[in-house]
Amino acid sequence: MIDVNRRGEVWIVAEQEGGAIAEVSLELLGKGRELADTLGVPLAAVLLTAADGETTATRLGQYGADRVYLVEHDLLRHYQTATYARVVCELAAAWSPQVVLYGATALGRDLAPTVASALKCGLTADCTDLQIGDHTPPGSKELQKNLLLQIRPAFGGSIIATIVNYDRWPQMATVREGVMVMPQPDGHRRAVLVRHAAAFDGFRPPLAVLESERREKKVNLKAARVIVAGGAGVGDKASFRLIWELANCLGGAVGASRAAIDLGFVDKDHQVGQTGTTVRPALYVACGISGAVQHRAGMEESAKILAINTDPSAPIFAVAHYGIVGDLRVVIPKLIRAVRSGAKPEALATPLAPPEAEAGGARG
Amino acid sequence: MGYHCVVCVKQVPDTKGITGEAMKDDGTVNRAALPAIFNPEDLNALETALAVRDGHGGTVTVVTMGLPKASDVLRESLFRGADRAVLLTDRRAAGSDTLATSYILACAIRRLDADIVLCGRQAIDGDTAQVGPQLAEKLSFTLVTYLEQLLELRGRTLRARRNLGHGWEIVETQLPVLATVLDTANTPRPPAARRVMKFKKARCRSEVEQAVGRELAAAGDEEKAAEAARRCDALAQRGLLIEQWNLDDVGADLAWCGFKGSPTKVHRVQSIVLAGGAYREYPPTDPGVAQLVRELIEDHTIG
Repeated sequence: MIDVNRRGEVWIVAEQEGGAIAEVSLELLGKGRELADTLGVPLAAVLLTAADGETTATRLGQYGADRVYLVEHDLLRHYQTATYARVVCELAAAWSPQVVLYGATALGRDLAPTVASALKCGLTADCTDLQIGDHTPPGSKELQKNLLLQIRPAFGGSIIATIVNYDRWPQMATVREGVMVMPQPDGHRRAVLVRHAAAFDGFRPPLAVLESERREKKVNLKAARVIVAGGAGVGDKASFRLIWELANCLGGAVGASRAAIDLGFVDKDHQVGQTGTTVRPALYVACGISGAVQHRAGMEESAKILAINTDPSAPIFAVAHYGIVGDLRVVIPKLIRAVRSGAKPEALATPLAPPEAEAGGARG
Repeated sequence: MGYHCVVCVKQVPDTKGITGEAMKDDGTVNRAALPAIFNPEDLNALETALAVRDGHGGTVTVVTMGLPKASDVLRESLFRGADRAVLLTDRRAAGSDTLATSYILACAIRRLDADIVLCGRQAIDGDTAQVGPQLAEKLSFTLVTYLEQLLELRGRTLRARRNLGHGWEIVETQLPVLATVLDTANTPRPPAARRVMKFKKARCRSEVEQAVGRELAAAGDEEKAAEAARRCDALAQRGLLIEQWNLDDVGADLAWCGFKGSPTKVHRVQSIVLAGGAYREYPPTDPGVAQLVRELIEDHTIG
């Protein structure tokens, strides 16, 4: 446990593999920069790796980190819960950060709760927004100033909860990839490198990884300029073919709500929402999606939203720019015909090129 | 010899089935109207434990923390094959966040001498996936998240396949282990008819007391207590009394329990009001759709 420490830094725990930094870590540097500036404290990144961390540390500086805590050790070559948690706790005890942010990735959702348990501090999962604000505990007159407001939907999206922790720090949260906007790197920015030698004497990792394989996602929703997404209202897997046809006709990618995934209409890789991918395409077409807040959290920043639904009271219409109240089985074929006749055929034949993966300039 | 598997399960509101009936007039969700169900991935954790017992012998103990009503998920576990069920219930545990919950569960599980603890990856009411890893840290058990297949158990060595979403890995470690189980790990077995017949009458002490309170409303406290004790004894003799533990029974330090033991506090809760937005509506006709497409092309959104 770390005492409340108003001068403590804002930290993000960087995720990297083979020197490639996870996009969510760079996005967290953007949000972290904003929080650190509001608090008037430095922003730092924590980087654990086997070797050659300096190049990666330089990039973390260009994306907004003032300092990089670099720990290099052979035991840190591949992620392991016990090894990584031990080092993060050691760093936190030594430097007393006030905020620690993690990507809500498979790694982050394994590491962050382990660290929270060891430090006996709070943790809020899958935040959709983070702000700095004040809080008065119930039954108390003492105003707690400048806390991390951790904002997330809960209870199936029926509520938005704002969580704070004011007595046991650090304040920790995880954030899904794509939720925060990728900052523009500045080639002239330099972070101060702080090397830390982790104490691994007598430590043996409790687990051995015998085999592993990486799998690329079947679809890159974040890079798509147009997304056509289907929900439970599509009805069945055969009808979901219409979603694919419209997406192909618009040169876009196929997305889906959690309900459509659960019903087996399409693979989980296509999920848009708080627990899927967060997207900001130029056009998002929501077909048969009622619009639970978890889904809306993943798409409401789209530049243009077209909702197609038989139910005019569906919440998706609350975030839509264009709406068609009708049966998607009738409307989608009409849309495809209209697009084919109204636009130049060559513009639609080739899918639009994805923007540069990292610069993030093509977002919305 | 066999293994002692402890499965942590949770009763949750069915957030997937939010229908019009659960909506209040102001457009917010009436959470009390949502049916209470067995958290889906906890059923996969239970099935993993039952398969270990079927293959190697041993016992399966199911633990839940919640109100006496949460005994529903314990009965359901007994129907499906669990050997023993424990309800952790205490008013002083109210308001526990994931850290306090994992502390209380750890206190209970230390008393059970487990080889393997299994949890569902996450519960559908909060989707945090935090209690499993926090419990592993408190118990000093090796954590194996996202378990998709338990490949081998030999002596004290466990080998399992984890699904990380962007890939998979096969890990090997020594017991004791805490694993969080994915919904893709297995198909949970259905309740067995004979076990349903037997265990549908299983009750925890608080449920018995509530029933006595209803049935003997006019009786004095002493008489009610005596009747409740008599019924509990009768249930226990038939193996139908669900064990009920409170925070004192598990030796929990109250400073780490409930609202006081929880570092995260709710600052504000906003109900989502599903009000209509200011969107432009097009009729579902050929001219209506064509007009929309023309506008999207003209402002370079498409084409």
